[in-house]
Amino acid sequence: MVMKISDNEKLLSVQDLKVYFRSEDEVARAVDGVSFDVRREETVCLVGESGCGKTVTALSIMGLVPIPPGEIADGRVLFRDQNLLDFNDTEMQQFRGNQIAMVFQEPQTSLNPVFTIGDQIGEAISTHEDIPESEITRRSEQLLKDVGIASPAERLGDYPHQLSGGQRQRAMIAMALACSPDLIIADEPTTALDVTVQAQILRLLDSIQKLRSMSVLYITHDLGVVSKIADRVCVMYAGIIAEQGNRQEIFKNPKHPYTQALLASLPNREKRGQRLYSIPGTVPNPAYKPSGCPFHPRCQHAIQTCAERYPGMCDYGDGHHARCPVLFDGGKDTWCK
Amino acid sequence: MNEINSRNSTILQVEDLKKYFPIRRGFFQRVTSWVRAVEKVSFIIKGGKTLGLVGESGCGKTTVARLILKLLEADGGKIIFAGQDITDLSEAEMKPLRKEIQIIFQDPYGSLNPRMTIGQAIAEGLKAAGIDNRSETQQRLEKLLKMVGMSPAGIDRFPHEFSGGQRQRIGIARALSVEPSLIICDEPVSALDVSIQAQIINLLKDLQEQLNLSYLFISHDLNVVGYLCDRVAVMYKGHIMEYSPADELFDNPVHPYTHLLLSAIPDSERSDISDMNTLGDEPANTLNPPAGCSFQDRCPISEDRCAQSEINFEKVGEDHLVRCWKTAKHGSYQFFS
Ligand SMILES: Nc1ncnc2c1ncn2[C@@H]1O[C@H](COP(=O)(O)OP(=O)(O)OP(=O)(O)O)[C@@H](O)[C@H]1O
Ligand SMILES: Nc1ncnc2c1ncn2[C@@H]1O[C@H](COP(=O)(O)OP(=O)(O)O)[C@@H](O)[C@H]1O
Ligand code: SF4
Ligand code: SF4
Ligand SMILES: [Mg+2]
Ligand SMILES: [Mg+2]
Repeated sequence: MVMKISDNEKLLSVQDLKVYFRSEDEVARAVDGVSFDVRREETVCLVGESGCGKTVTALSIMGLVPIPPGEIADGRVLFRDQNLLDFNDTEMQQFRGNQIAMVFQEPQTSLNPVFTIGDQIGEAISTHEDIPESEITRRSEQLLKDVGIASPAERLGDYPHQLSGGQRQRAMIAMALACSPDLIIADEPTTALDVTVQAQILRLLDSIQKLRSMSVLYITHDLGVVSKIADRVCVMYAGIIAEQGNRQEIFKNPKHPYTQALLASLPNREKRGQRLYSIPGTVPNPAYKPSGCPFHPRCQHAIQTCAERYPGMCDYGDGHHARCPVLFDGGKDTWCK
Repeated sequence: MNEINSRNSTILQVEDLKKYFPIRRGFFQRVTSWVRAVEKVSFIIKGGKTLGLVGESGCGKTTVARLILKLLEADGGKIIFAGQDITDLSEAEMKPLRKEIQIIFQDPYGSLNPRMTIGQAIAEGLKAAGIDNRSETQQRLEKLLKMVGMSPAGIDRFPHEFSGGQRQRIGIARALSVEPSLIICDEPVSALDVSIQAQIINLLKDLQEQLNLSYLFISHDLNVVGYLCDRVAVMYKGHIMEYSPADELFDNPVHPYTHLLLSAIPDSERSDISDMNTLGDEPANTLNPPAGCSFQDRCPISEDRCAQSEINFEKVGEDHLVRCWKTAKHGSYQFFS
């Protein structure tokens, strides 16, 4: 019997991660001090608008940030207390797929068009395990079956273009599962799909996660999806985590002006006839981020200090944190720098 | 413009619209089969109102738009604009009507000429509307840009210098330049971030009120449709399956496919992923549909009769039509509980 403590064990802990991209005349601070944990069997959603640093965060965990122009400027990525940022390429390659696997947004670009689905799943298995061909085939077939693909034996011989968008995404998930990882990072895996197919994929991930006791780091810009699947939510804005907490808290009791504004700007039927709240301005370019709180030019609660000092994380208890001292009782003392 | 568009008059009516695309094979490019993109589409758009057209990718929404714009020739059915049958009008006869119906696209970038300043792009429309006096053009340009919430200072800049949301505003300004009475919006906010999406949706609503515009709003996002539309037409494989006032559709959906779509909405109201329905696989291709109902292979309540003969569009309430004999007769089922 596994001990109870392990249920809450931190599987992944990202601490003060900073990833910059340098070009001749500027530095894009794509990820600028991000910290969050993923515990065992937990689904954590990283949500934010495009360009806020979600994918770069995921790539850093996987050791896939192109260096240069990228640079890990600071921080640690602890997986079971090992700092992945200390791993060399060979160590990281062994680690990828085996313990953490990633599902990308565009299955078209991450599946190789000239190899069959069977080849690619087989490859994912044989990279990490030395087992006979027949066993690889058997396992590949089982994986396709697990992700709900009909007549898996025949599908193994198909090329990616022969599958529909939803089937390709299933095949990607099958590949990610090939070595029974403990953590799956899924970067917008349903963004390109129809709602009905999206619902299928979300359910699939959910059931596999329960069955295999995995953790999932799910990256999306869609708050609707987050509201369905997350245990905990990290709301990103301009390279930082503006707010994090469990799903209920984030949706029912948001504490950061950006989270509040995002929720208010979502259209739905109940708001018909009302004007949508719309956040003025646009997401900043990471090379030219506003001083102080990066949200201050768009924030309706901003005060003078917001443009001058960096806001600290304010603790609302029970793992709920928001980086906005202005809305926090006694927030005066939490400003940094 | 909008003498045509007086409230409650019908601005556009389409009846049994049909479009097949030939698939050609071999040396002689013989037609081997047909894609039945639009099979039976009927709806009405009232002056100053918004009709939502929803359905999965490939069901024929954009083809309907192109038929209405007469960019494609219909293989059957009728298009009646402001009381006039325009189905068989020649290019010359269409000319005075061209400016009445405009379209804005999902990706305004693709539809803006990269080598034209936005001033030039919008002025093209003005010219087409018979305004070519320079000072008047300049005045109208500035007015249009203001109308869509942009600074006239941008007039001499090129499309790539603008963000996605700004380009969408430019696309809207260009459509408005000819003072249309109907605008077809083909997924106008799908590619935008939440905060920008709300800005554009508010803009579309404001313009509708100011100018008494009618919209055909094509989308697969039922949250946006529920917020914005007065009526909704649900499309599946080239057929309108259900057509009703928006409230009625969300409160009393009748067609099994509408039920499926509604249960797949990722919204923050319903709480859990297990409430999301995942019935069936993706729609099969439209090449060789079986006889009878086009939804039969995914329908949880289909019977032999569904495959025997064509299914009629039947009235189930005030302004509420359904293409399903079974639910039309017996009422809605508790399909997915
Ligand atoms: N010019 C064409 N030649 C052949 N087939 C076509 C053509 N245009 C569209 N089709 C086919 O017609 C069907 C309907 O396409 P359409 O673009 O109208 O779908 P849609 O509902 O707008 O989908 P989406 O949500 O992906 O935009 C599809 O099967 C498509 O591949
Ligand atoms: N290889 C790269 N070189 C330079 N800039 C990059 C690179 N990858 C990402 N960025 C920049 O980092 C920022 C965050 O990107 P990303 O993490 O992809 O955002 P998202 O939240 O949409 O996934 C963006 O401004 C992006 O342009
Ligand atoms: S710190 Fe200031 S600018 Fe930032 S979210 Fe809070 S109030 Fe707004
Ligand atoms: S006609 Fe038959 S197959 Fe079609 S939706 Fe109705 S019950 Fe289902
Ligand atoms: Mg991304
Ligand atoms: Mg389309």
